[in-house]
Order: sequence, then structure tokens, then C-alpha cells
Amino acid sequence: MSDASSIQKANPGMNDAILQVEHLSMKFGGLVAIGDLSFQARRGEITALIGPNGAGKTTVFNCITGFYKPSEGMITLNRRDGSNYLLERLPNHEIPARAKVARTFQNIRLFSGMTLLENLLVAQHNKLMKASGYTILGLFGFSGYRKASAESVELAKHWLEKADLVDRADDPAGDLPYGAQRRLEIARAMCTGPELLCLDEPAAGLNPKESMALNALLMDIKDNTGTSILLIEHDMAVVMQISDHVVVLEYGRKISDGSPHAVRTDPRVIAAYLGVEDEEVETVLTEVGDEDVIEQLDTGPDSAHGPGTSSSYFAGPVTDTVGHSEGERVTVSKGASRAAQVDAKSSAAASKAASPAAAKPSAKPSAAKSSAAKPATKAPAKPKTPGVSSRRGGRK
Amino acid sequence: MAVTTSPERDIVATPMQRAPREALYAGAIALGLFVLFIGLRTDQNISNELILVQRWWLLAVLVVLTMAGRFLYVAYGQPFLANQKIVDVATGLLPESVATRFFRLPYFIAAIVTVAVLVFLAGSLDGLLGPGLAGYARFLRALATIYALASVLFYFRTFIHAHFSALGITALALYPVIVVLVLALYGGSVAAGFQGSLKWVDNYGIQILIYVMLAWGLNIVVGLAGLLDLGYVAFYAVGAYCYALLGTQYGLSFWILLPAAGAMAAFWGVLLGFPVLRLRGDYLAIVTLAFGEIIRLVLINWREVTNGSAGITGIPKVTFFGLMTFNVSDPNYIAKVLDIATSSAYYKIFLYYLILGLCLLTAFVTIRLRRMPVGRAWEALREDEIACRSLGINTTTTKLTAFATGAMFGGFAGSFFAARQGFVSPESFIFLESAIILAIVVLGGMGSLVGIAVAAMVMIGGTEVLRELDFLKQVFGPDFTPELYRMLLFGMAMVIVMLWKPRGFVGSREPTAFLKESRAVSGSFTKEGHG
Amino acid sequence: MQYFVQQLINGLTLGSIYGLIAIGYTMVYGIIGMINFAHGDIFMVGAFTALIVFLILGALFYSVPVVIALLVMMIVAMLLTSLYNWTIEKVAYRPLRGSFRLAPLITAIGMSIALSNFVQVTQGPRNKPIPPMVSTVYNIEGISVSLKQIVIVIVTALLLALFWYLVNRTSLGRAQRACEQDRKMAALLGIDVDRTISITFVMGAALAAVAGTLFLMYYGVIAFSDGFTPGVKAFTAAVLGGIGSLPGAVLGGLMIGFIESMWSAYFSIDYKDVAAFSILAIVLIFLPSGILGRPEVEKV
Repeated sequence: MSDASSIQKANPGMNDAILQVEHLSMKFGGLVAIGDLSFQARRGEITALIGPNGAGKTTVFNCITGFYKPSEGMITLNRRDGSNYLLERLPNHEIPARAKVARTFQNIRLFSGMTLLENLLVAQHNKLMKASGYTILGLFGFSGYRKASAESVELAKHWLEKADLVDRADDPAGDLPYGAQRRLEIARAMCTGPELLCLDEPAAGLNPKESMALNALLMDIKDNTGTSILLIEHDMAVVMQISDHVVVLEYGRKISDGSPHAVRTDPRVIAAYLGVEDEEVETVLTEVGDEDVIEQLDTGPDSAHGPGTSSSYFAGPVTDTVGHSEGERVTVSKGASRAAQVDAKSSAAASKAASPAAAKPSAKPSAAKSSAAKPATKAPAKPKTPGVSSRRGGRK
Repeated sequence: MAVTTSPERDIVATPMQRAPREALYAGAIALGLFVLFIGLRTDQNISNELILVQRWWLLAVLVVLTMAGRFLYVAYGQPFLANQKIVDVATGLLPESVATRFFRLPYFIAAIVTVAVLVFLAGSLDGLLGPGLAGYARFLRALATIYALASVLFYFRTFIHAHFSALGITALALYPVIVVLVLALYGGSVAAGFQGSLKWVDNYGIQILIYVMLAWGLNIVVGLAGLLDLGYVAFYAVGAYCYALLGTQYGLSFWILLPAAGAMAAFWGVLLGFPVLRLRGDYLAIVTLAFGEIIRLVLINWREVTNGSAGITGIPKVTFFGLMTFNVSDPNYIAKVLDIATSSAYYKIFLYYLILGLCLLTAFVTIRLRRMPVGRAWEALREDEIACRSLGINTTTTKLTAFATGAMFGGFAGSFFAARQGFVSPESFIFLESAIILAIVVLGGMGSLVGIAVAAMVMIGGTEVLRELDFLKQVFGPDFTPELYRMLLFGMAMVIVMLWKPRGFVGSREPTAFLKESRAVSGSFTKEGHG
Repeated sequence: MQYFVQQLINGLTLGSIYGLIAIGYTMVYGIIGMINFAHGDIFMVGAFTALIVFLILGALFYSVPVVIALLVMMIVAMLLTSLYNWTIEKVAYRPLRGSFRLAPLITAIGMSIALSNFVQVTQGPRNKPIPPMVSTVYNIEGISVSLKQIVIVIVTALLLALFWYLVNRTSLGRAQRACEQDRKMAALLGIDVDRTISITFVMGAALAAVAGTLFLMYYGVIAFSDGFTPGVKAFTAAVLGGIGSLPGAVLGGLMIGFIESMWSAYFSIDYKDVAAFSILAIVLIFLPSGILGRPEVEKV
């Protein structure tokens, strides 16, 4: 598994993108969850998919892993051996089996009544099915199956050790604490022997220590198995620390794409994050460390939007009771996209080149624009915080 | 003090205060429920018109009994059960369990003495006590015997618990031998032993084992894969008719038709399962129920082939692997070959071992499959179907294999049933049978073979025992037929057991693999599936 | 054409009865998500109660106007049958609420067995025929419509209207719908969930009792085992219409009624139940949530 690079060297002409998403669109009825999204995930890298809540990240994952059939577009997976798969055409279960894409879920999906070891053995189902002669040979205790079975236990043990769960191998998965369940889910996905591992918010709900352990695990996977990782994450510490490449979504569209450094200084990204929790915004801004931007956009804490109302940290348990597609349904209305407003803002600023300071006055045309985009009269009342007021307008 | 009454006292009434009120409520409800159905009875008179017979005394008795029962439960039963859970302050121990209080050495000795005396007097009971009292004496003897046996089991409970499967299989294997021996000693001759064993081997042994096998087969579908199948009896019917038709029409042997019936049932399982397995939960339940009914209705109405409701008679008996037969007229009749006395018990005992073998085969395959990828996939499917798909498991084929495997064992059991009865009719394959089998699976604890076997023994054996309670005629008069109450009590027992143990007798799950030690998984973690 | 219309009327009659029973299934399913297997037997108890009341009326009075007799039968049957269903819910389902999903299903099957055998034990196993209560038959252009059929359809329509009002326009109905959406949240908002569920069972039983009375009037005979087949058909109807949906239950009931009468008229009476069940299977293969059921969103 760790000889990925050697294969690549052997095929110098081979595409080094493991996953290519081209013009992907997903519509639920009339609602556009993803609109014309294209990006690439490179082999051996960690690609992060970030964006505010409801940006369609999980929908992208569901399209990649076959749980949704995209309305339009092409998702190509290039395997190490040179074979290519069009994921949108493969049946759900063949994506992990043949294209070697494994995933985890935002609201953890373990086999809670089975032990940790059993969870990891189920993940090796296809391999073991073959070894057991599709059950028939195994039923009569052929040695080939016994050997494969012992090997699968070894592999499970290996991943349990990696996930630091080997002491609890014989406990039911439902008995584990939350953070350990997240690690187990990743270990289980790795037991399928994937080339691309898709992680849906792996750090959600983890405490800082667990988050560190997760980072270590992901880096270990990246360095030692050659598995490429695509992850959705809200925890910027995780994203900035481990990812090689970041794709930013907002309202189902890509607004930025590049290295973590490039993305975090992208004003469109920063603006997009004004659409999420204000606490998160602050973390973003602090991490970005761009005092200018903070001043420029001047957003104080918003009392109307307390934490927890849509905090991603609780996304798991809360969305458990709600059909997920509901959560991802997003209408893209004019003036909703923060990134689009930044674009508009910068062009407006350029046209008013005569203005002495670009920062403060530039907010005004933006405010005017956002009030034009929606009929409400709220915007003029709060000229200083265009982002907040128009966010409400856009979301309603 | 007298003036200020504490408000709590009004709210939290003592059990003694609540009991009369609760008893009154219960009485009122019982009166409402029973007034028309027990107070009056619809009957036909000579000219075939319906008339009403009044039975107010019976109504009164039942209402009073209900009230008394409720009163005792609220006043004594509930506080007693609550106290069972409270640790003694002084000793730090839970109070003695009901069982340890119930099974004590003096009681045991008393029971043994009672049994010994009554067995000793067995022949002269009628003369000594008169037929009426003799009936009670026999009942007392039966109770004392059961108590003594239960005491022994209770005394060795840890040992039994530790070696349950081995002991169970040994007991089942020796059962006919023990029955014949006991009855031979009792009756004084071997022939009497064989003759007397008929009922015990057939009605209890074979009957229960058929249900054990069916329930183990259904357990694969419901207990492991978590697919709710309400039409399992259809596959039983397919197996039975497969043997009945091919056996009578073409004279094929049971040993050829047994696998054929299994294959046929599995084929039907796939055929029916394929279109419907993407349905979830209760939709799957109703469609399987519908398929069960369709098969029964076809069996009733396709008269040219199945002979309709009259059924198929003259189904050939099973041979002793082709070497010996159980037909008295045949030249190689077992008694002639072995040169022993003619008895119909041989066939029953043979059938007993045959069904025991089939049961053990079912158990063996189930245990084996659970440790194989396909069995783990079944259980994973029960736990979380979406996660299964994310791991590359083809859920459709996995469900189909579960359906087909379960159906196959139903088919085996069906062909055995046809061979045992010598007669099949659609009457044997009604929905009630599916419901009983499902009830056994759930009452036993889904997925647990031991629990299911115990549940089958309790539920089927328990209702069979009702046939034995002839002495009740002494109490309720000669018109009283305890068998009539069989299904009523069966239904009520289902409710009571389920309320008592919602996860069944064995709620925990044995892991299929372990690194260090195998620990049972508590039932609170396992899921029951959506399908 | 006349023959067809005739069958349509027969189907409508049959479908009305199925629809009334199906509502009980679908309401209980909607609110606590369980299949109340005893519902068919509740229907049978309703019919039997009506039978006994009919006999009491016959024994007490020399002659009773049919309308009054029918009304008394219906009301007593509704009251007593509701009491049965209320008791069953309290004894067999409530303690298991929120536990293992199959446990209440098994107690429901147990209750179904117990109920039908209770009636068998107390009332005897034979069929109980009554003299025809209403025998007027109208003949309109070659199509015969009996007064019985008209009564059934009118009573069903009236009840459905009343029922629709109860569910959609009263606070009780609002409480029911709230419990259906989210029982915990409803409880937090001060809705007495236990009471709402009890009332749901009572309502379902009352409708089943009416269906039972109409069944007795229509066929003139009832036996202890008569709960099963109409019960399964009504359950089929509820699933066909989309379980949990009230209009679906009525629609499903009518569909099953039409399928049965058409199939017996044009093909074979022996296979009418096979036809009904096969159509259920076929519909579910193409519409996995029934005709009017909410499609289940697959949560990922």
C-alpha cells in the first residue's frame, strides 16, 4: 500500500488527481444544493472541503459515495493501477468495493451492537467473501478461509492500535465515548483498504486532546498508507494544520480553491464565513490574522444568532432526527452569497478609485446593493454591518 | 399536628390506600369488558335461531376475581417487587430473591416424600380416595414432581448455566430413551414403555423441535438480518407440499426430497424476496404477510394440483436411509429386520432423532454462518444498512441470502412436517403459525439460539400441557375442556412474557470474534433493524 | 356497463368498511409507529357486541324501528369496543412504548390471538347468523342498489367527515398531529401524550366498531374468526394508501374493495384475495411508501 509513489513514478503520464469532480450539480426538486461544482483532489494529499453550514458539503460527499445520484456532472476516480471509475454511474455499494472510496458519516454510523473487532471485520466483507468462496468453502472450514480470516483479524488489530482502541476491541461499539467512536469509524473505513478516504466532519464534537489525536491519525494515514483524504471540516485548526489543499463552498458553489494559506487570505472566503456562527467567524479572522479585514467588516457578536442554533458541533445528534437532505436544501437567491458581495464590493471599490481609504467607504455601496437585493428596509438602519443584515435577508 | 396535614400525604398514598380504589377501577373496567361477552352467551335454539343465555353469576365471579387480583397486586405485589430492588442498609445485600425463598431443602424433601407416597399408592388411589379426590391427588403428584425437578435444576443453576448447550443437547438426545425407560419401569414391560412413549415423543418432543427448527430458521431473517418477515409459514408450506406432491406422485424418497424441498423453498425465498427487499420496515412486513396469504390461498384454490382444502393424504413415510422402513407390511420393516416386537413408536422415535438432527444442522449452520463474512454482514445490516453500503456490502444480495437461507430451513422443516403427519392441508399454514414462530423468535431473544429453544419449549410445551389437565374437569364439571383455552392462554402468555422481558429470554448477543476475551453484548446496544 | 356499475357499487360498499377499519391501523401507526395487529379482532369484537345488542333488543322489545336498533347497536358497540382497545393499549402497549420495536408487535399479535379466542370461548365457535335487518333493494335501470349499501356508504361518509373535522379542526386533532411529528417535543409543549394516544386508540376502535356493525348488517353473520381477514385487508388498504395517511387509508380501502369486487366479477372469485395482495405487492414495488404516503427520506 505504501508504494503509491513508486507506481506513480512508473506511470509518469498518469493523472495525479485521484478524484476529479467536474460540473457537478445536485438538485432536490427545484432546490439547487450544488451548482456546477468542479474541483480536484490530488493523490496522497489531504483535501479539505470547507464552507458554511448548508453549503452543500455533505451533499457533495453523498454524490461522491453514491448515496445520491447527481443531477448533472461527472465524478472520476483514478485508481493507482490506472483504472478509472465514473462514480456517478456506479451503484452505491460498488463505490467502496471497486473504486476503493471509503467514507465516514457526520452522525456516526457504527454497528453499535457489535464489538469493535467485529466492526472492523465487517469492513473487510468483500475480501473475506472471496476468501470464503462466497460462504460455501468457508462453511466447511477450508484452510484458505481460515488464513484469510486470521489475516483480517490482524489487519483489524493493526487499525485498532492505530486508533488507540485495541484495549477495547471486545467491547460493543455503542459503548465507546464519542471521540473514540469517531476514530473507530475512521479505522473501519480504512479496513476496506481505500485509496480515497472521505471524512465527514471527523473532528466535530471532539475535545482538543481528541482533536490532536485525530490529526495524528490522519497524518499517519496520509504518510504511511498512501490513501488520499477528502474531508469536510468546520474546525479550522484541523483544516489549516493538516490539509494540503482546501476547496471552499458556499451555497453549493465553489468560491475558492487552493493551498490553506491562499484560501485563508481570500476575502471571499472570509466573507463567506460571516454567514456562519459569529464565534466561528472570529476564529477564522483570528487565524487569518488579518486585522484589516476584521476592521473592514466590523462584525460584533450578533445577539439574535446565539451559538447552538445551528452550530455544527451538534450537527450529528440534531440531524439524526431530520432527513438530511432537508438540511442541505438551499435556495440560492440574489444577494445571499457573501462571496458574491465581496466580488461586487471590490469592483465597486475599484470604480470609486477616488476615495481615499478603500476600507470603510467601500462598505456603503455594498450595503446599498444588499438593500436593493431584498425589499426589506432593514439594511439602511444598520449600515455598518451589511454582512449581518443581508445574511438574514438571504436566508429567509 | 392534627391540623397541619402535609400535602405529600395526599399525593403519595400508601399502597394500602390506593389498592381499594385501583381495585374498583379494575372491577369497573372488567365489568364493562365482560358484561356482554361473559354475562350473555349467544346460542342457537332448536329452530336455529340465536338466543341469549344469561350467565350473570359467572360475570360476577370474574369481576370480583379481577378486583381481588388488582387489590392484591397493588397492595402487596407492587411493594414486594419494589422492595426486591432495595438493598438492606445493615447488610448491604439485596433481599433474598423469590427463587431462593421458594426453593428450600425442607420443601424439596416434602415434595419428594409426597411423590414417593403417591407413586407407591398409585394403583390403589381410586379405591382409597374415590375418583374425585384421586384426580386431585394425581395433580398434586404432578406438581410435586415438577417442584422437585425444578429444585434440582435451581440447585445446579450455575453449573447448568455454564454448560447449557452441552447439557441441553445431551438431554434432548437422551429424551426418548429416558421416556421409554421410565414408562417401561412404570408399566412393567418394554412394550408398554414404547407404547406409552408415543405421546411424549410425538406431541412434546417432535412438536416442540419442529417449532425450534422453524424459529431458528426465521431467526436468520428476523434475528440476524433484522428483516421482519410475517409470512415465514409460506416457505414451510412450500417444503411440505414439495414433499407431499413429489412423494405421492413420483414416489421419490424423503432423502432426495428433503434437499429438494429446501432448495425449492430457498428458490421461492429469492423469487419473493427480490422485488420486495428494498422495502423497509413495516412495508416489508405487510408484503411478506401478503405473500404468505397468497401461497395459502393458491394452495386452497389450485385444486387440480393441491387437492384444495381437503389436502394431500397418503404421504409416504420416511425410510431408515433406505435400509429399513416403518410400514408393517413391507418385507424390510424395521421390526422384522431387527427381529423385535412390532410397535408404532419406532417411527416416532426415529422421527424425533431426525428432527433433532435437522435442528442441530440448523444450529450448526447458523453458528458457522455468524462467524463468516455473510453472517456478520447480516448482523451489520440489522445494525445500520447505510453504513453497510458505505463499506461496499451489497445489501440486496446480503438480504436475499438471509431470506433464502431462512426459507431453506423452513422448507426442510416443511418436508419433515409432511412426512410426520402423512397428510398436509392449507389449514396448517395459516398466518397464526407465522405469528407463533415470530413470537418464539422474539420471546427467545432475537439472535439467541438457546433463548429461542427455551421459548419454543415454554410456549409450545406449555400449551401442550393444557391437554393433560384432565383433572380440571373435576373442578369445573365434565363440560370443561382445557384445550379450548389453549390459544387464549397462549396469547396472554405472549403478552405477559413480552411485558416481563421485552428483549426476550436472552437479551444479550454473543460476539462472533474476539481478540482477548468474548464478552456478551448487552441488548441495549443491539438494534432490531428497519427492514 | 350495468354490470360494471353494479360491481362499482359493491366495491364501494366493501371499500367503505375496509376504509373505516384501515383508519384505525393508520392512526395508530402514525402516532406510535406500531402495527396494531389486534385491530382486526377489535373490529370483530365490535361486530359481536352489535350482535349481542341486537339480540338484547329483540328479547326486550316486541319490535324496534330498524333505524333506532342500528343506532343503538352502533353506539353500544362503539363504547364497548373503545373500552377494549383502550384497555389493550394500557395493558399491552403502553408499558412497552419506547422499548424494542418488535416487542409491541408481539404483544399485539398476542392480544389478537387472545381476543379472538376469548370470543370463541365465551360465545362459542359457530357462525352467528341474524335475520336480515334491512332488505329493501332499489332497482335503477337494471342496477340493484340495496338500502344496506346506501346506509353503509352514507354512514361511512358522515363518519369520515366528522373524523376529518376532529383531526383537522380541533385541538385534539392538533395534539394528535403534534404527537405524530415528535412525541417528545409534544410532551415538552404540555400535550398529554398518554392521553392523546389513548384517545387515538379509542377513536380507531370506535370506527372499527361502526365497521363491525355495518359488516354484521351487510352480511348478517359473524364468527369469532372473522376479525382476521377483514383486518388483514384493511391493513393492506392502509399500507396501499400509504400508512400514516388518513386519506390514504380511505383511498386504499376503496381500492381494495374495487379490486375485490371487480376481480370476483370478471375473473375468479377464488382468487380475489390473491389479486388484492398481489396488487399491494406491485404497488409497493413501484411506490415503496404507498400511494399517498410520505416518501421516506434516506438519512445519510
